[in-house]
Amino acid sequence: MDMSPSTIRPKLTARGVNVFYGDAQALNRVDLDIRAHEVTALIGPSGCGKSTFLRCLNRMNDLIEICRVDGDIRLDGEDVYDPAVDLVYLRARIGMVFQKPNPFPKSIYDNVAYGPKIHGLARSRAEMDDIVASSLERAGLWEEVKDRLDAPATGLSGGQQQRLCIARAIAVRPEVILMDEPCSSLDPIATARIEALMDELKQNFTIVIVTHSMQQAARVSQRTAFFHLGDLVEVGDTDTVFTQPVDPRTESYISGRIG
Amino acid sequence: MNDRAEHIYKTFDEELRQLDNRLAEMGGLVEAQLAGAVEALRRGNTELAEQVVARDKEIDALDIEIDLFSVRLVALRQPVAADLRTIFAAIRISSDLERIGDMAKNIARRTHAVSSFPPLATTASIASMARVVQTMIKQVLDAWTARDTEAAADVFARDAEVDQHYASLFRELLTYMMEDPRNIGPCTHLLFVAKNLERVGDHTTNIAEQIDYAVLGTRSTERETHDPTNTHIPAAEG
Repeated sequence: MDMSPSTIRPKLTARGVNVFYGDAQALNRVDLDIRAHEVTALIGPSGCGKSTFLRCLNRMNDLIEICRVDGDIRLDGEDVYDPAVDLVYLRARIGMVFQKPNPFPKSIYDNVAYGPKIHGLARSRAEMDDIVASSLERAGLWEEVKDRLDAPATGLSGGQQQRLCIARAIAVRPEVILMDEPCSSLDPIATARIEALMDELKQNFTIVIVTHSMQQAARVSQRTAFFHLGDLVEVGDTDTVFTQPVDPRTESYISGRIG
Repeated sequence: MNDRAEHIYKTFDEELRQLDNRLAEMGGLVEAQLAGAVEALRRGNTELAEQVVARDKEIDALDIEIDLFSVRLVALRQPVAADLRTIFAAIRISSDLERIGDMAKNIARRTHAVSSFPPLATTASIASMARVVQTMIKQVLDAWTARDTEAAADVFARDAEVDQHYASLFRELLTYMMEDPRNIGPCTHLLFVAKNLERVGDHTTNIAEQIDYAVLGTRSTERETHDPTNTHIPAAEG
């Protein structure tokens, strides 16, 4: 295992994070480090707070009016919740892939070019072509779509659409990619391709994935965090969590027991 | 099984119970085989010895059955944590039990050869060594059923006793052989029997280790299975 300091240094740190939806508390004082260039899996039963936590990391919860977040979340040491933070820029640094593929009703090319255009990442058409091609390549979709870049994205299969959304996310050169159950609407082959992709992408990005599939967490992640009723119960190396969990609640959940 | 909450898939609980039942059945058979082998040897009962040799096939068949059943469980249930450790421990325990069965068979096979010589006082020492080993097997099987790591630790402690028995038998047999070369035949057979019993003790401690692994997830680094006679091999006396 690579134990060099660069992989250990946390990319994101969360300290004492509380989240409330109105009066209901969804997360209780969560402390969690997300290491750079690793896949961190967040697991737990429905309503445990794992997606809520994920959405705190790039302030997606700001969009929900009754949602209140307190505590400290830092990206490379910078306060994510600092009022001076430019949200568009923050979400370019911390991209997101959702449960259902949500391509824009545009061409394949325009889907990928959309972000770089907004952020002014390309100075010419040729540069934009490069960004689109390399993003699609990294997302493992290039070979399948290179001859029909002008075709509507909605004509792609579900798995292809999800890889397109990954290409769209990485086109703006994020540092972190958040994935909220990215494979839950995909068949096993498309799922395997996305999982293999995560393994490659972690060399360039830091990935945090919320998943309901324990096997998926075991296959793709290096660290696993188990949430239960708004508490972060246990976090550790994935191989330890799945062979020798410390907390009985983790044990019950991952081994499918009525806990 | 133990006081853990039940699985949402009740059939998985049922399958884990089946695995335990199979191991318990195999353990009981192994205990009976070893008792039979020692009894046959002590009394020179070649008929009983043949029965023991023949029944070893049943142990082998159970070992294969447990093995295949466990592989199936891993493939179909994708167990993790304590469930996963329990299944792997069961596979290893089954193979240790199978080896103990082989030892019993080997001991039984020597009955015929040993009974053709005049009886030696040593057979009593063999019997008392066998008693220690049989107690260890019983203890370790009970400890597995109860997933009792403290009881498993007791089994470890007893293995030293087995080693002492073995060392003293070794010296005893050497003395007989030096006394009268006609003793060399039976004594060599009895030496093998003692060695087999000593190996049974080692397999029993392997099983004790698996109880630790299943319950706690810890594996002690391979304990030295030292042969106490290694340092005792006497130089030829003039």
